[in-house]
Amino acid sequence: MKMTYREAMRQALHDALATDPRVFLMGEDVGKYGGSFAVSKGFLDEFGPERIRDTPLSELAFVGTGIGAALGGMRPIVEIMTVNFSLLALDQIVNTAAAYRHMSGGQFSVPVVIRMVTGAGRQLAAQHSHSLENWYAHVPGIKVIAPATIDDARGMLKPALEDPDPVIVFEHALLYNVEGELGDEWRSADIRSARIMRPGRDVTICAYGGTVGKALDAARQLAAEGIEAEVIDLRVLRPLDGAAIIGSVRKTHRAVLVDEGWRTGSLAAEVSARIMEQAFYELDAPVARVCSEEVPMPYAKHLEDAAMPQVPKIVAAARQTLGRN
Amino acid sequence: MSEPALRPVTIPHALALDLLRDMVRIRRFEERCADLYGQLKIRGFLHLYIGEEAVAVGAVHALQPDDAIVATYREHGHALARGIPAGAIMAEMYGKQEGCSRGRGGSMHLFDAATRFYGGNAIVGGGLPLAVGLALADRMQRRQRVTAAFFGEGAVAEGVFHESMNLAALWKLPVAFFCENNLYAMGTALSRSESQTDLCTKAAAFKVPTLKVDGMDSVAVYEAAKQVADRIRAGEGPFFVEFQTYRYRAHSMYDPDLYRDKAEIEEWKLRGPIHNLTNRLKAEGQFTEEAFRTLDSEVTGEVEAAVAFAEGGSWEPVENLTRDVYTEPAP
Repeated sequence: MKMTYREAMRQALHDALATDPRVFLMGEDVGKYGGSFAVSKGFLDEFGPERIRDTPLSELAFVGTGIGAALGGMRPIVEIMTVNFSLLALDQIVNTAAAYRHMSGGQFSVPVVIRMVTGAGRQLAAQHSHSLENWYAHVPGIKVIAPATIDDARGMLKPALEDPDPVIVFEHALLYNVEGELGDEWRSADIRSARIMRPGRDVTICAYGGTVGKALDAARQLAAEGIEAEVIDLRVLRPLDGAAIIGSVRKTHRAVLVDEGWRTGSLAAEVSARIMEQAFYELDAPVARVCSEEVPMPYAKHLEDAAMPQVPKIVAAARQTLGRN
Repeated sequence: MSEPALRPVTIPHALALDLLRDMVRIRRFEERCADLYGQLKIRGFLHLYIGEEAVAVGAVHALQPDDAIVATYREHGHALARGIPAGAIMAEMYGKQEGCSRGRGGSMHLFDAATRFYGGNAIVGGGLPLAVGLALADRMQRRQRVTAAFFGEGAVAEGVFHESMNLAALWKLPVAFFCENNLYAMGTALSRSESQTDLCTKAAAFKVPTLKVDGMDSVAVYEAAKQVADRIRAGEGPFFVEFQTYRYRAHSMYDPDLYRDKAEIEEWKLRGPIHNLTNRLKAEGQFTEEAFRTLDSEVTGEVEAAVAFAEGGSWEPVENLTRDVYTEPAP
């Protein structure tokens, strides 16, 4: 069945609300407005204001309230409009949600799901466009997922809600209108493993979220030149599926890491370090990274495009690992 | 400020004696903690509650067993009053795995699921939205429970205080905002950090009803907290209470206490919560000096037993270092 990422996410939320009375959705404009990306349109009428809660512009309090409600036996889904706004709630996510189980000696789990929009590409400039997935993936105690496909948008919410610990879901803004086929794979989605999107023997390209599609496009171009790239969708940014990454690199002996976060201290840097630690002698070329340029996201279209990872950069990086220019 | 005339004890004497006992328990427990800190048995930060005992004791006694408590890093008193065993608290301060947080939290992070004690939160104001969320869960699950959030007056400067008050009021949630105004946020006096020093005015801005209570008087605290808890339980929505109190000791063991007059401390000591209630009970013929000595020696015995429990506790094996970062899958 063909559907958009938005519709897939919407169906996933609908399922959760319809099947588990503990689940509720809370955030800015999730109700009457219908969700800033229209993901929850119609939910307020269907599930009522108690379970579809419009909040004031109080990220810190409503995220903390979600954490408290999770401690109180609910299964809250808290929506934050963009990752940039999530910085207002960082204290509750890092100091409370992530630490709570450990600092209580294992007495309390925090089963909250926090969804947020991430990424650039809509000319929203430097306060609505960043990719800070890695900030969260740095923190022990939380899990971080980035559904990039229709199947994952449809399937990953359920295991996230079933997980007893806090899960942060990153939804790239450019994905909502992407249309694709919903297969059967979503029914068995997990929040543990990476997925090989395209098998290949020559070079491993790792991507996540908004860059998975670009990595696949790059792989198609490379195939036309006789280079078979293996594309991995990391999907789960914490804990990383190291075995999938290392397994692929052992086969291809080359890696290109695509990451919309800034290069310095990026998730790509972490993946690169792991490859060096665990597969150094398997490498036939230095690991390459294609990340965002080190600049707050600019508004002008041509500058924004230049700041982000793009298909030609991925293709060029892959060629370079094979000694072709 | 001079010693005020003795107010009658307007609660049952048995209850008043319970309050007194708990205040003495906290006092003696913390005095021992200070010793043990000097002996390097307890490390990290140690924030003593000495002087403020009436607030935790009066307020906690006004709650039901299934109500929730969210406290701050100065929470030994609340934990003891709530009934977390003194041994488990002391072992936590020692960092032993028999501690109430398995030695992962220390003085600032006491937790106890059995008594619904949700920390031990050491980010000022950080517990407030948590309390709002616990209350929301109760509301959504149709439970008649109250969540009591304790916080200092320093927290009212944090944005999260205002955000949390607004949400609790907007959604009429069963939260008791118990503000322990001890006049100093670490070393900064309220008047040096707030344009509006009347804390109840801030709460009133959110249409939250307020009470201002003598926090040195455990009976007054109990009566106020009981009334507030009853009204919240009846569905009236959140309530804000300012308990005016004072800490006799420095902010933490690191604090040289240079920011306030010694005379001010001595004046507040005249209103000390323990001798205040002791004198009133004596005046009413319900208590004697000998009874106090008996109580005190029983309490000292409990504290020494707690120390022995902590001393006899064990260190968690380092192999377990990363346990409880995530929930272990059920076996």
